[in-house]
Amino acid sequence: MSTVTETRETEQATRKTEGRTGKSGARKRGRITDENGRRMPVWEIVLRYLLLLAVLALMIGPFLWQLSTSLKGPHENIFSSPPEFLPGSPTLHNYERVADTIPVWDYALNSLKVAAANVVTNCVGATLAGYALARLRYRGRRAATIVFILAMLVPVEGIIIAQFTTMRELGLNNTLIGVLLPGCISALNVLLMRNAFLNLPYEIEEAAYVDGANVWQRFLRIALPAVKGTLAVVAIFAFMGAWDDFLWPLIVLSDPDRFTLTIGLNYLHGTFANDERLVAAGTVIAVLPLIVLFGCLQRYFFRGVGEGAVKG
Amino acid sequence: MKSSSAVTAPRTAATASRAVTDGPRKRIRRQLPSSPWLFAAPGLLIVGIFILYPFVSTLINSFTDKRTLIPGEFVGLDNFRELLHDDMFWIGLRNSTLYILGVVPALVLLPLLLAMLVQKHIPGITFFRSAFYTPVVASIVVVGLIWVWMLDERGLVNAVLEAVGVGSVGFLSDQWLLLLSAMTVTVWKGLGYYMIIYLAALANVPRELHEAAAVDGAGAVRRFLTVTVPAVRSTMVLVAALSSVAAFKVFSEVYLMAGPNGGPAGEDTTLVMLVQRVGTGLTGRVGYASAISVVVFVVTVALMLLVLRADRKEDA
Repeated sequence: MSTVTETRETEQATRKTEGRTGKSGARKRGRITDENGRRMPVWEIVLRYLLLLAVLALMIGPFLWQLSTSLKGPHENIFSSPPEFLPGSPTLHNYERVADTIPVWDYALNSLKVAAANVVTNCVGATLAGYALARLRYRGRRAATIVFILAMLVPVEGIIIAQFTTMRELGLNNTLIGVLLPGCISALNVLLMRNAFLNLPYEIEEAAYVDGANVWQRFLRIALPAVKGTLAVVAIFAFMGAWDDFLWPLIVLSDPDRFTLTIGLNYLHGTFANDERLVAAGTVIAVLPLIVLFGCLQRYFFRGVGEGAVKG
Repeated sequence: MKSSSAVTAPRTAATASRAVTDGPRKRIRRQLPSSPWLFAAPGLLIVGIFILYPFVSTLINSFTDKRTLIPGEFVGLDNFRELLHDDMFWIGLRNSTLYILGVVPALVLLPLLLAMLVQKHIPGITFFRSAFYTPVVASIVVVGLIWVWMLDERGLVNAVLEAVGVGSVGFLSDQWLLLLSAMTVTVWKGLGYYMIIYLAALANVPRELHEAAAVDGAGAVRRFLTVTVPAVRSTMVLVAALSSVAAFKVFSEVYLMAGPNGGPAGEDTTLVMLVQRVGTGLTGRVGYASAISVVVFVVTVALMLLVLRADRKEDA
């Protein structure tokens, strides 16, 4: 039951207005009630669970089918009708084969490098810039804020060709640095951090200022620890964004040795489209790390949706 | 902590400082200039060089015949004139527009119903919420390839269709079915994301309204239309805005399902696919691709204004 309350708290954190916080207290253990504390009729509970299970099959089923396909051996019929949902004799053979076909572990490492670097640069860059926009007084602060707002509004899909040209002028096309750079400090993240800092009470920092703390000390000791939650959101979405990105790496990377996992999968699909077991194994390798990450940190994933949507 | 002697300021946040592990760096930091621009500079540089400069150069390039290896010259409105006679451009514009019409209504309505389904705190509901969100977490490439296999001529969906006697359907070979399949995938992947947005909005619906309506004898459908929908209307507008802009810029789903050339005779090409196809490679026509990009900008901005306007009108 504690997980339920936890989600409720997360929702309330994403909400702009506080209020009606006491309603969870009306709920009693071991009895199914609606939000008014009334007992739900049995037929409604049954109907709800049936619908939930139907949607569950629709949302998770395709992943499980992919997993099942990847575990089926070469002599098993994957095309049978009616379909066989479970592999007769599960094998990891396809995972070995995918590693023989494309350097899938190198691709995974490339993706990991870009994603990890993207987390660091976004966290550091967005926090610093967000703090400057929210807390520091200087000429041009409004202009700087407007620059980030404008940048956030630019549709990335429309500027990829020019980004690629820029990257070529810098000699960084076909490198992982080139994959990383355009999104390494995203304007949305800067503005998210700015809002987080703006929501902190100013008095504490003022007190520290009176006590003689310089700007770095105020930033590192007082402001930064107070925005850890938003920082976690930025970190997670930076990781997910880089790990999942497709269009930009597709354009900037041309050398198969330097592919990231998504581009590698596209390559695998393009070259070995008829080997479904192989492609299935590749997709499972690509998706598993993120599902694990999501399982561990789902609170922040949900929180990020609220913050990103409201401000974006 | 030997470095603590270097701190001149009182330890106002002694507990917080423990989170910051730093040794000799602290001494250097004290000598750094505390210019605000130093804080903002990395962000401004990245955004300036890799977002704003490419944006401006896209606008400029759209009036040139620049190619990947040739700087090109100013050609006025030639690119835009050529667009008018380019069948592929009209196909792209048609498909991207159809994508909005197909995807947006589904993404405004279905996640709201889903949010209402997972709103009640019945046991196990957090599991269901997380499960429904999983497609959002997965890469679009993974999602695309999963559905390519699901909808394959010999894939799961067709196996089921054959088992129930409908027969095999060419989801990935017919031009229109391909587009429809890609839209379905977009909706499938977006459901969980917008569900979470709606969930936050639903939490703000005053439950007294529901109770009052129920007392007045309003059925479930009626309560949905008269209480829930008006209460989350601004969220619906937000979802419409977000999803329509995203739908118009669709690339990955169609690219993966219809192939790099956009399905049979390129009939499934979207605008962004066209930008990618025309503008990249050694012979890439950067100028012409930029002109298509400008169309993408204009439509995107127009969509945002349209949706916001609709919002304001309903307010009045």
